Amino acid sequence: MTDQPATSPAATPAERAARATPAERAARATPPRVARKIRGLSDRAIAWIFVAPTIFLLLAVNIFPLIWTINLSFTNFRANRNREVDYIGFRNYERILTDSDIWLTMQATAHFLFWTILIQVLIGFTLAWLINRKFRGNDLWTTIIVLPMMLSPAVVGNFWTFLYQPQIGLFNYVVSFFTGADPSSFSMLGQVNLAPWAIIIVDTWMWTPFIMLICLAGLRSIPDYIYEAAEVDRASPWRQFWTITVPMALPFLMLAVLFRGIENFKMFDLVVQLTGGGPGSVTELTSINLKREAFEKWRTGYASAYAVILFVTVFGLASIYVKALNKVKAR
Amino acid sequence: MSSYSVTAASPAQKWLAGTLVIAYALITILPLLWIIATGFKSPADAIAYPPKVTFDPTLEGYVNLFTTRTRVTPDTLEALGEPATWYDRIVRQYDMVIAGPSRFGERFLNSVIIGFGSTFLSVFLGTLAAYAFSRFKVPLKDDLMFFVLSTRMMPPIAVAIPIFLMFRTLGLSDTHTGMILLYTAVNLSLAVWLLKGFIDEIPREYEEAALIDGYTRFQAFTKVVLPQAATGIASTAIFCLIFAWNEYAFAVLLTSGNAQTAPPFIPTIIGVGGQDWPAVAAGATIFLVPVMVFTILLRKHLLRGITFGAVRK
Repeated sequence: MTDQPATSPAATPAERAARATPAERAARATPPRVARKIRGLSDRAIAWIFVAPTIFLLLAVNIFPLIWTINLSFTNFRANRNREVDYIGFRNYERILTDSDIWLTMQATAHFLFWTILIQVLIGFTLAWLINRKFRGNDLWTTIIVLPMMLSPAVVGNFWTFLYQPQIGLFNYVVSFFTGADPSSFSMLGQVNLAPWAIIIVDTWMWTPFIMLICLAGLRSIPDYIYEAAEVDRASPWRQFWTITVPMALPFLMLAVLFRGIENFKMFDLVVQLTGGGPGSVTELTSINLKREAFEKWRTGYASAYAVILFVTVFGLASIYVKALNKVKAR
Repeated sequence: MSSYSVTAASPAQKWLAGTLVIAYALITILPLLWIIATGFKSPADAIAYPPKVTFDPTLEGYVNLFTTRTRVTPDTLEALGEPATWYDRIVRQYDMVIAGPSRFGERFLNSVIIGFGSTFLSVFLGTLAAYAFSRFKVPLKDDLMFFVLSTRMMPPIAVAIPIFLMFRTLGLSDTHTGMILLYTAVNLSLAVWLLKGFIDEIPREYEEAALIDGYTRFQAFTKVVLPQAATGIASTAIFCLIFAWNEYAFAVLLTSGNAQTAPPFIPTIIGVGGQDWPAVAAGATIFLVPVMVFTILLRKHLLRGITFGAVRK
């Protein structure tokens, strides 16, 4: 330690006496443990002072709004009007759960979630497995693959609308180059049957590296001696893959799926920029639908109830999933 | 003779694996390269069919990004005489003159101010909280840590409704302060979780030695723990910065004229007849390249950052 505090033994007794405050004089007369408490703050005080601002800010920006949302969800409040607010009980919840449009939105979200996660797990795991063959330069290529994940989804999503343009877009050109189809004959963002896949493709492009990185960590955590033992037992590579590689990487894979699931359930920026929920409402995921209700139709009370339902859904599904994950880990 | 390993891949396997991964990587960066290339194309080249891979590079996109232009009659143009600068020359090809700067500069600056402001605050508060969670017996520690994490599960739009109302009441709508506070709160969970992991890894013995040497707890924290955690703090800061930099949902709902950041702005860059793609691409390039550089610098800690410290190696 180069930078010693004032009361360190290095200072001469005279110097120390000159500088001593009453607290320090008391400190010198008491055992070290008590002395520490007098000279500085106690550990307990420091713990509270250090944690308090974080908890306060999170309460103010997360919990207080959540309680407010729950409160609003029982009213017919509209944020763009200045009229009296009535408490209408569970009417908002009733209306949402019986609204067929919202169920269509939920279906669109489920479709998006299912396919993005399935495709990303397959490609991501395969890539991780290939990278783990440790060919030369694998670090460099891994870094390149990871790049899209860190970029702004809104900015990138907006640019993908350019790539997806019929006739001039790069995506259509590449597809027509390989399939021979006329590039102006299909519109990824304009056709009802293609738009859900357009958003899945971009999400996969962006987020496959996320699953890949976590799987790679999982594969690298498997010690070599397990494979060596399997080799001694003459287990075939196929059998080694299914009885060693997959089970041991599974907790990592499940964690990756949890993160992706929560993120894609919240999905907003990328899809808003790509399709804005259209054509019609085939890609109107719950977040986009919620934004429409809250900030375009200004049905604040109704949208609040919607938000509460979404939050309970994410929280419930995530809790069930975490339990399953812990079971797999414990095995 | 080199020792034979049953676990290492054979050269043929490595070659095949390498080829497949490199093929995927090339496909993956193609859209990014296309963004950068489009920024240097003329509007005609940008929308040419078939898409142009080779073209005469021009800075038109960048000029259009930073300026607003007005069309003038050929007579007026003639009266103006020779263009004074290279960017004047580019604009005049289209019978236009530069009318003034565009709003991109402001929006980019907003991104910088809000990004760095919220990063500083969240790392500052996060380091304190992480140290307390790591070293002391905080009552309900696990519950508090989970609470910190759970705040990330809410869809931003769901939180945006009351925050919108709250900001309106407090006069924070469309202000830098409001956005900095909001992003700080959103980033805090990441900062606390990541930093707790980093601080957990610093042996307690260092601090204990310092305490015995006569340091107070606070001095031990600032003079022993902080320098040891410097790498962790730096990479946490970069993650917070990237998040604030990329954020769109809150920015588009809570800001408009004054504190709007670049992500809601870039997609609204309009040219003649729709989006001005070279200008959009130029803006996207300026906006995305710093993040790419940070990603490369951060690659060792990337995994940790994206999983909130759940996976460390």
